[in-house]
Amino acid sequence: MLDYVISKYNFWIYVILMMIGLYAMIGKRNLIKKLIGMNIFQSAVILFYVSISVKAGATVPILSGHSYGHGELIEVAKYLNPLPHVLMLTAIVVSIATTGVALATLILIYRRYNTLEEDEILKIRRDTGV
Amino acid sequence: MVEQFAALIIVAPLIASLIVPLIGWRQKRLCYPWVVAVLVVPFICSLGVLNTVLTTGKFSYRLGGWAPPWGIEYAIDHLNAFVLVIVTFISLIIAVYSKKSVEKELAEEKIAPFYTLFLLLVTGLLGIVITGDVFNLFVFLEISSLSCYALIAIGEEGAPTAAFNYVILGTIAACFYLLGVGYLYIATGSLNMADLANILPSMYHSKVILVAFAFFTVSLAIKGGLFPLHTWLPDAYYTAPSVVSALIASLMTKVSAYVMIRVMFTVFQPHFSVDIVPVLPILGWMAVFAILFGGIKALAQTDLKRMLVYIVVAEVGYIIIGVSVANRMGLTGAILHIMNDAVMVACLFLIVGAIFYKTGTRDINKLHYLNKKMPFTMAAFTITALSMVGIPPACGFFSKWYLILGTIEAGQWVYAAALLCSSLINAVLFFRVIECAYLKPLNPVNAHTGETHMIQRDEAPLTMLAPIVIMAALVILLGMFSGNIISSIIQFAVPASF
Repeated sequence: MLDYVISKYNFWIYVILMMIGLYAMIGKRNLIKKLIGMNIFQSAVILFYVSISVKAGATVPILSGHSYGHGELIEVAKYLNPLPHVLMLTAIVVSIATTGVALATLILIYRRYNTLEEDEILKIRRDTGV
Repeated sequence: MVEQFAALIIVAPLIASLIVPLIGWRQKRLCYPWVVAVLVVPFICSLGVLNTVLTTGKFSYRLGGWAPPWGIEYAIDHLNAFVLVIVTFISLIIAVYSKKSVEKELAEEKIAPFYTLFLLLVTGLLGIVITGDVFNLFVFLEISSLSCYALIAIGEEGAPTAAFNYVILGTIAACFYLLGVGYLYIATGSLNMADLANILPSMYHSKVILVAFAFFTVSLAIKGGLFPLHTWLPDAYYTAPSVVSALIASLMTKVSAYVMIRVMFTVFQPHFSVDIVPVLPILGWMAVFAILFGGIKALAQTDLKRMLVYIVVAEVGYIIIGVSVANRMGLTGAILHIMNDAVMVACLFLIVGAIFYKTGTRDINKLHYLNKKMPFTMAAFTITALSMVGIPPACGFFSKWYLILGTIEAGQWVYAAALLCSSLINAVLFFRVIECAYLKPLNPVNAHTGETHMIQRDEAPLTMLAPIVIMAALVILLGMFSGNIISSIIQFAVPASF
């Protein structure tokens, strides 16, 4: 069992990170902590994608000028799979944009309620009858 | 030429959205005509694309000329050509409507950013519908969601909190979608929908595929606001500015429903979604509760917009019931309802926006004499309300008819009962509003002098009224021609195996 866990440790870490993020988003009452939870959650997904591109004994997928286009076959097993990395570049951009939008809404919330505690905001909204 | 239309549908609003801030920097007044003019392009292109699909069958556009399994492909068949026309048309109508409403509800310096986000949201929605690549779909999903969060956050009191909740839940949904894509990629090494559809059947019993499917389903249920994952929806749609509510309420949930149909019946074969995974009964029961919950919560509201928001929750259930019965009738109803519901919900939200613009209130009990003040708007409201209840020849009747036939064919009597029950609830809901607006004493009596005075007509401005009247006319026209729409488009959009 322990071997099974250790041999796939990157996937276990991804699952654990994802659960931490999910817990923070659901369980925490402070909006900034929720946002950080969201970031952990997104990073976990990125870690997962990076893990799936790994091959044992392979190197970075940069082809030297000579081996490309001159009839020489490229051994796929020698190179990491670059596609998940490319996908994750997009996902990182998306996650930065999401964080930006979330931070901007948090600024709006703070200006209006002067707090970022969800309970206090709910209380203020109940008291003002909105 | 027509092949390029597919790319233009995305490229035109995307590039135009980047030009809006420049225009707004020099001349704020020009943003509006620019946005309307730009949105005509994707509408015409999508009509061209639909025409091509109808005459020559489905086709695909290779982005940058790369061959499909590696490059991104825009795969266009009857289903997404049909949804494209709906999305482009409704966004065009709402853009026309937006002028006065935006000027009233938003600060002046926010108008240019508003239109930028508006175009980005439309780009995202169109991209989701047109693309044939699961990862590209994620990117467009995020483009639409991000612009949607920002558009909601500029709304009224409580909007930032609602937007933040939506950001959190929307991100969970997006990450689940991304994980689903990742699991499919591990198993198949492909991201192209058509390619996936070919590779997947041999590994349908693999646990990786099952998990991927579960991630997709949960993610799309959150994005689509399906009960009980709808909790972000009411506040977000209620607090957004009127124009934004109309756009996202009519299109976001429908596009999510479209993606659900796409994933379940194109990426995965219908045989997988029906026989191997017991997901359809679960979705069906969630939809039943969505319909009942949405209806009952709507009954409890005194605010017209909040009532509509809960009706949207119920309407999502309609489409999902059509999907979950998984037969030809039900899916025909579901796809027809994507169109009808988009038109009806857009019309209702536009009307509420116009009422709010003129009277400053959305309280149902304060709508007295509105039939005298805003006769055309209220006539449009009545037509749409009859359609929501499901009275022929309005379009709502036909989609509901097919949905009920589908449930009966599948032997799901509870689903059929929920649909009928929802019609009754809608009747109560809308007649309550109509009663307040129409059936009050003919002329109000002045309490002090005992004299009656006439109510002056005070109709919404033309840029708001024209879209409302067009939508109301469409509600009737789409109903009358729904037979043609089904026989020429929708019957080909339903997967052939049904």
